[in-house]
Parts: sequence; structure tokens; C-alpha cells
Amino acid sequence: MTALLTVSGLSKRFRGLKAVSNVSFEVPEGRILALIGPNGAGKTTTFNLIAGVFPPDEGTVTLKGVRLTGLKPNRVCAAGIGRTFQIVKPFGELTVEENVVVGALARERSVAVARSQARAVLERLELLDQAARPARSLTLPDRKRLEVARALATRPTLLLLDEVLAGLRPTEVDRMVEVLRELNRREGMTILMIEHVMRAVMALSDQVVVLDHGEKIAEGTPAEVVADPRVVESYLGAEEG
Amino acid sequence: MTGRGLVLLALAGLLLAVAPLVGDRYVVSVLTTVLWFAYVGQAWNVMMGFSGLLSLGHTLYVGLGAYVSAALFVHYGVGPWAGMVPAMLVAVAVGTFIGFLGFRFGVKGVHFSLLTIAFAEVARIGFDHIQWLGGSGGFFLPVEAGVSDPLNLRGSPLLFYYVILALVVGALALSRVLLHSRLGYQWLAVREEPEAAEAVGVDLFRARMTAVAVSSALTALGGVFQAFYFNNLFPEQVFSMGRSIEIILPAIVGGIGTLIGPILGAFILTPLGEALTFVLEESGFDLPGLKQLFYGVALVVIVVFRPEGVWPWLARRLRLVRQPGEGA
Repeated sequence: MTALLTVSGLSKRFRGLKAVSNVSFEVPEGRILALIGPNGAGKTTTFNLIAGVFPPDEGTVTLKGVRLTGLKPNRVCAAGIGRTFQIVKPFGELTVEENVVVGALARERSVAVARSQARAVLERLELLDQAARPARSLTLPDRKRLEVARALATRPTLLLLDEVLAGLRPTEVDRMVEVLRELNRREGMTILMIEHVMRAVMALSDQVVVLDHGEKIAEGTPAEVVADPRVVESYLGAEEG
Repeated sequence: MTGRGLVLLALAGLLLAVAPLVGDRYVVSVLTTVLWFAYVGQAWNVMMGFSGLLSLGHTLYVGLGAYVSAALFVHYGVGPWAGMVPAMLVAVAVGTFIGFLGFRFGVKGVHFSLLTIAFAEVARIGFDHIQWLGGSGGFFLPVEAGVSDPLNLRGSPLLFYYVILALVVGALALSRVLLHSRLGYQWLAVREEPEAAEAVGVDLFRARMTAVAVSSALTALGGVFQAFYFNNLFPEQVFSMGRSIEIILPAIVGGIGTLIGPILGAFILTPLGEALTFVLEESGFDLPGLKQLFYGVALVVIVVFRPEGVWPWLARRLRLVRQPGEGA
């Protein structure tokens, strides 16, 4: 199985505090990998290092063998990584459709073509009926879906999802899980997701990487990971999934 | 825009086109001032309204455009139609230099605005000492009565009226084209959420630099007009902080980030000022500062009751633009 994304020896310190320490893992093409761990474990920092928000102190990130380390976020996007934000960042004054058009324009020069692509993505995420509304007027679940839609519109080969299920009601979680599963199964989209909702992690992911205090403490299938005593102690036991 | 909005816009355009035929010299001069502010406000709006970059020193570009074109005319006999090109280029060079400083070194938000003020102030003080351009004593363009020479932008107030009207129409059309382009979408994204814009592939530095370049070039053209319309330039006036604020008021009152806002704002503010002068003079209550006081109160009232600007509210009320949910 070929690795789409390879993270190796990634480290990042903030004012001496080790946020991420020598983390390595691979995301195989066409798979869903979940990054879990307690708050402050370094999950979002790892995401930001992959997405180019800041450069790592040590380590490398490669996508299909192409080195991304040190690239700015817009270049990382161009290389094929689409991301969502844990705290959603819609373009508030723009309409839902315009939000997604901006995403589509990452790979498309014509606004008209980008618009039709955006509408196709909105339809898939069941947001088409909201297309003309200002993004700021959406409910939280819809904003989360808009985050996914905007990232998808950039036509990524790897999708980074930062807690897109947090704050959703169980029925909404199920809907989103269904959308993500479809994306993965039908289009072979590779997904790296940070997630706290263990039910979704168990249902969706092929593989799980567990972080604690910035270090990788376990890796394996969802079943293996939940049975790991270190994981139970540091994460699952301490916090109700 | 809805059909109704387009009809109204066409009517307003037609009205402005024939206004000098029915109005007297006074009307033409007031309308010329209105249109000048509408034009420069539109140019400023490209930076603030479209890209979220608050420039509080836009007189810098007005002044550079004015002085460069005036100097070329007075010292080398180069007319404004040719002189406007170097005038715009100089403004773009200075604008992108400020932009480079700001965006490369992470000078954001309010601090970027302070940077724009600082450069305008440096220009104000600096131009006071350039004797080649008249220094603080002023720089004057030769005026000959009765000359009609449109090629050198010398002529009657009517000529200037139609030139500034054409500039407003041109700036409006350009703004509309830009706003609906790939670049325009990227500007809006950068204005709304820079971090998210970057994550969907927008090069923040390039997007902001192009906004500064377009805005400074357009503004410089307003400066060229000003130089040849008034025929005199004083650094103290041209580059003054107060002038910078006057430039941005129409867009704020009309609606930042909208296409019609800056134009509507200019049509509210300049006549308001003129009306206040008239009323105060007629009533015999013309105490020093009283006009400014009323003007300030009127501004506060508008900004408090229509914080998003008069145009978005008016457009909603009169159904001049499509409302969200009405379909594309």
C-alpha cells in the first residue's frame, strides 16, 4: 500500500514548550486515518505543521513523495491538501456559494466554471438550498459542512478535517459520517481527521494514531487502539468518548 | 442588480449627462466636486472595501498623481493624457513599497493604517521643501482665460465635468469587473478571513499587493484631475490628514465594499456641506465652526443609524439588488 502523506520526525516547540515531539506516521492512499488524543496533545499543531501554517523545528512532510515542509499554506493547498478549521472560518459576508467558489478558484481560472463546480460540491454536501445565504447566517452544523465543501472545492488529494463533528447533535454526526464515507468509498478521497467523537472514529477510520503530550503513544486499527492500555489510561479512560 | 436597480442607475447616469445643460455654473462645480469624491472613494474602496486594507493616507496617491502630472506639464510641457501614466506608475511604486513593508513584515490592521498615515505625512512635510515643485509656497499651473485645449486638459468647467463623470463611470465599471473576477473573489476572501483564504490557495501577499496597486493607480488619476482642475497645489492641503479622511467618508457613509456606496455617499455628503453653508449664511447665524458642527452631527446620525452604509439599506428597501434567497 503506497503512502500518500508521510510525516516523519515532526517536532515543534512554542517558547520551549514541546507541542509536537518526533511524530511520524503515514496516511495510505484512499484510507481514512484518525488522529486522536486528549486536549493539548498536539493534534491541531500537527495539522498546522502539515498545512504550512508554521514550519516545523524538525522533521518533514511529504505528499506523494513531494516535500511540503516549509511551504506556505497556499502552496500546500496547490500541492493537493485541503483543510478545515476546528473553529470554523467562513467568509462571513459572502454567500455560501461564493465561499465555495473561492475554494474552486484554487484550481480554476474561470469564475463561471468555478461556480458550476462549487454548486456540484454544495449539492453533495446538501447545502445547495442555502447557496444564496450569507455564510454568517448558517447554523453550526451547516458551517461545519461549509468548511468541508470549501476544502473539497480545491480538489485536494488529501483532506484534513479538524473536528468537523464537534458540537454536532448525534443525527447530524451520522449525516456527516455518511458524507465522509461516501467521499472516501466512492471517490477514493484520502482523509486525515482529528476527532473526539469516538463513535465516528470507530465507524470511519481504517487506522488511528494516538497523540499524548505531543508524542505518538499508539497506532493501529480502531479496535487495536481502544484496547491499548496506554491509550485507555491517557485518553479514553480519562475522558468519556 | 434587479431590473429596477438597473433602470434607476441608467436614469441617474442620464441625468448626470444632461445636468450641465440645465444647471448653472454653480451646479456644475458642486457636481464636479461630488463626482471627484465619488471617484476617489471608489478607488479607496478597492483597498478597504474589497481587500480589508484600511488606508488612512490616501492623499499620498492623490498628491503624487497631482504633482507628477503637474511637474511634467509645467517643466517639460507633457500633457496630462500622457503624464497620467508616469503619475500612476509613481503612485503604484510608492503604494507597493508601503505594501511590501507592511505585508512582508507582518504589519497588520491598525498598524498598517498608521503606516499609510506616516507616509502621507512624510510626503506632506517633504514636498514643503521641494523648491522645484514650489515648496510650501505652492505649485501653479499656467492659466489662460478662454483657452479650450482638451488635449492638455485646459478648458471650461464643462470639460472637467465630463472628464470626471467619465472617470466615475470607468472606475465603477472597472470595480464591477474586478469584483466578479477570480482576483475579486480572492480579495473578498482575504478581507473576510485571511487564514482561511490562504488555506484555499490564495497568495495573501500577491492579493494584497494587487489591491494596493489598483487602488493607488486609480487614486493617482484623481490627483491628475485635481491638479489641472484647480491649477494650484499646496502640500499642506493636498497631503493633509483631513483630506485623507474626507476621501474615505463617502465610502463609509454610502457603504464600504459596495460598488454604488462611494458614489451615493459623495452625493449625500458634498450637497449636505453645501446646503449647510447656504442655510447658515442665509439665516445669519454663520458662526465659525458651526457648519463643521452640524456636518459632524449629520455624520454621526448616518453612521449610528446605518452602520453598514446608506446604499445597502436603500437597495434593500427599494429592491434595487437581489436579496439573498431570491436566486441568482
